[in-house]
Amino acid sequence: MIVEIGHFSLVLALFIAGLQGTLPIIGAHQNNHSLMAVATPAAIIQFILILGSFIALTYAFLVSDFSVINVASNSHTEKPTLYKISGVWGNHEGSMLLFALIIAGYGAAIAVFGKNLRPTLKVRILGVQALIGTGILAFILLTSNPFLRLTPAPVNGKGLNPLLQDPGLAFHPPLLYLGYVGLSLTFSFAVAALIEGRVDAAWARWVRPWTLAAWGFLTGGIVLGSWWAYYELGWGGWWFWDPVENASFMPWLAATALLHSAIVSEKRDGLKAWTIFLAIIAFGLSLLGTFLVRSGVITSVHAFASDPTRGVFILLLLIVTIGGAFILFAWRGPTLKGAGLFQPVSREGGLVINNFLLTVAAASILLGTLYPLFIDVLKLGKVSVGAPYFESVFVPMMIPMIAIMGLAPLLKWKRGDFKTAIEKLKFAIALSVIGGLFVWILIDRASAFTSLGMTISLWLLTATLTELAGRIKLFRSSLRESINQLFRQTRASWGMTLAHAGLAIAIAGITASSSWKVESIQIMKFGDQVNVAGYNYTLKHVREIQGPNYKALRGTFIVNKGDDINWVLEPEKRFYTDPVMTTTEAAIRPTFLGDLYAVVGDRDEKSGGYITRIYFNPLVPWMWTGAIIMVLGAGISLTDRRHRVGAPSSNKIPAPGIPAE
Amino acid sequence: MNSRWPYYTPLIILGILAFYFAAGLGQNPAKVKSVLINKKVPEFLLPPIEGSLRGFSNSDLKNKVVLVNIFGSWCVSCRIEHPFLMQLKEKKSIPIYGIDWREPDSTAGPKWLEKHGNPYTRIGDDPKSLGAIAFGVVGAPETFIIDKNGIIRFKHTGPITKKNWNKTFKPILEELREK
Repeated sequence: MIVEIGHFSLVLALFIAGLQGTLPIIGAHQNNHSLMAVATPAAIIQFILILGSFIALTYAFLVSDFSVINVASNSHTEKPTLYKISGVWGNHEGSMLLFALIIAGYGAAIAVFGKNLRPTLKVRILGVQALIGTGILAFILLTSNPFLRLTPAPVNGKGLNPLLQDPGLAFHPPLLYLGYVGLSLTFSFAVAALIEGRVDAAWARWVRPWTLAAWGFLTGGIVLGSWWAYYELGWGGWWFWDPVENASFMPWLAATALLHSAIVSEKRDGLKAWTIFLAIIAFGLSLLGTFLVRSGVITSVHAFASDPTRGVFILLLLIVTIGGAFILFAWRGPTLKGAGLFQPVSREGGLVINNFLLTVAAASILLGTLYPLFIDVLKLGKVSVGAPYFESVFVPMMIPMIAIMGLAPLLKWKRGDFKTAIEKLKFAIALSVIGGLFVWILIDRASAFTSLGMTISLWLLTATLTELAGRIKLFRSSLRESINQLFRQTRASWGMTLAHAGLAIAIAGITASSSWKVESIQIMKFGDQVNVAGYNYTLKHVREIQGPNYKALRGTFIVNKGDDINWVLEPEKRFYTDPVMTTTEAAIRPTFLGDLYAVVGDRDEKSGGYITRIYFNPLVPWMWTGAIIMVLGAGISLTDRRHRVGAPSSNKIPAPGIPAE
Repeated sequence: MNSRWPYYTPLIILGILAFYFAAGLGQNPAKVKSVLINKKVPEFLLPPIEGSLRGFSNSDLKNKVVLVNIFGSWCVSCRIEHPFLMQLKEKKSIPIYGIDWREPDSTAGPKWLEKHGNPYTRIGDDPKSLGAIAFGVVGAPETFIIDKNGIIRFKHTGPITKKNWNKTFKPILEELREK
């Protein structure tokens, strides 16, 4: 019964979304207030209906109602409760329902919190958001209905893929969707502005926090996925340039560019058409990712079971949504003339160059991801594009970008002074060059590339701190005054400082872990010792243990270094039966300088020992820490007072020297 | 006004991408691709399964066009595929070599074959995925076509059915036999 209610309320939600997507937009066009008034309540009701539907499906998973096909194929009575819940979105149908729920959630948030928005803009945003929702809901009901029944109901379900039964991965999809779908809202903002033919500072001020929220979720989602791959796949890698990873990385790059170009639109009334364009492609790339994962046009370890009907539907959705927006863009775009003229050397100039680099980076990743498809369609054979392409294209673009990232915040709006900025940064320049040389000369196995990576990491960190020091007048006034100033910085400016510094720390981690990884694979008998990166590992024993829904071999390593360190690492190899699958659970011990990482493998029949893999992954904890700091920066910036008080309608240009955040 | 054209470029690019996507949807993604296609079979040596004397190694793959099929008694899709493999054997259409992949114990594979019939010319026991790794297997069942020179020509993921046998396997086999 509850399942039927969920199904029914989803149908009702589709109906409401259809109304919300048409009536208010017509109303705004004809200046008909009663039609416009439909938008706000419709957005809220639509959200409640989808939420009800989502709860119904969750209930079916919780009580293991195997008369529902979706539950029978993806759940099992013996699964821990957390994974019964995460099983809701661990499959195609349920994850689309979550997608629809978040779309409606963002719509409802605008309906509730968007009181200060211009009424016509608000109802148009809600209308466009509902049109996207209509497409997704129709997709679910027509091709991917999670509420279909199964007769006769099986005694037990097939279970969830054991790789997905993991706390990291339980929350990876919801975060990622909050990010992807958050970009649907900025898309709706862009399309609504194009319909109105008006992009002003107030519009940009509204777009920025939502972009920031989406960006924060997306960053968190990507990092969580990467972290999962790092400890679950058992060989210490954390990024594979897999099509599906790229599908999440491209919208991230576009959202990062959008975040920064919206600053120029808000503060300087410039780059309007460009900001609109980025808002469209950021969501376009999210939809593209959905298409790639679910249609099966590209092979990937992540791909859901592919189904051409679904592929056709998502492709149509993509073409209508993004094509429609691009038609509007071609029509209205040329009329969006910005006012803010600026010199090449200025903060805008820096933001424009970096926007360009981010966009080109996203485009080249798109090219690499789709290249196998192009070749396949043109019947030129089968190819796969791997990490070497992406690394050799992506990394060189990031180097000038980081260089400018350090410099641009110290330039003034409109017309910056290169010499003064360099003068301020002389300490940062010296430190990063010396640091790079230090790495090159003093550390074994440091290539020119490694020391370059360390140089740009140090440069970004020191330049970011220099900019902060300049703002709080460190060394130019008393220490007390500087500390006072430190507390008076806006949260938005803290956001920038943290996000940039976090990236610097993450770059150090990325560089070190890809240059200095130590790995050792061997057969060990009980009592055998092996030394990896100065740590002494002794295999004490390997025992069989019983988990809630798996059996496992658990290896116990004693790790020693000197007299102080005496750690225990316990990696597992798990055997699941529903469905049959083996997973590795690496044991990781983070230290300041890197992760100790151990994996236990199969028994070697000949010697009676076990195959063990032991790694030292340098500075990997820095990578996660840096990423967390970046997300934290987004969070702090979001709590800025500015976002909560009503946006002033005047188009005031702030005094030069206020940092871009 | 010629400054309008940049505003049309996104639309044009989307159009081109949409063409490729639409074309790509018509293709079979399962056909895509093992890095091993058109390469020599890697070296491997698998012991026999219980109750059998001969194992299976890469040196068996010589001078004839054969199938190599990865299966396991635990694999539901293999059970679906099995009757068709038996038909192939009865019709003597092609020798099939089997890799018995990751059995829970040494008797499971032989028991399963006893119950459902044995379509294989030779079988290698592969509890530790040595053969599966050599062939770059991602799941069972998977089937490879090996030509007379021991070169992998085709990889099929999922069960073989009458339909995909006639559509894809037959033409490839005919071509390889003519050579």
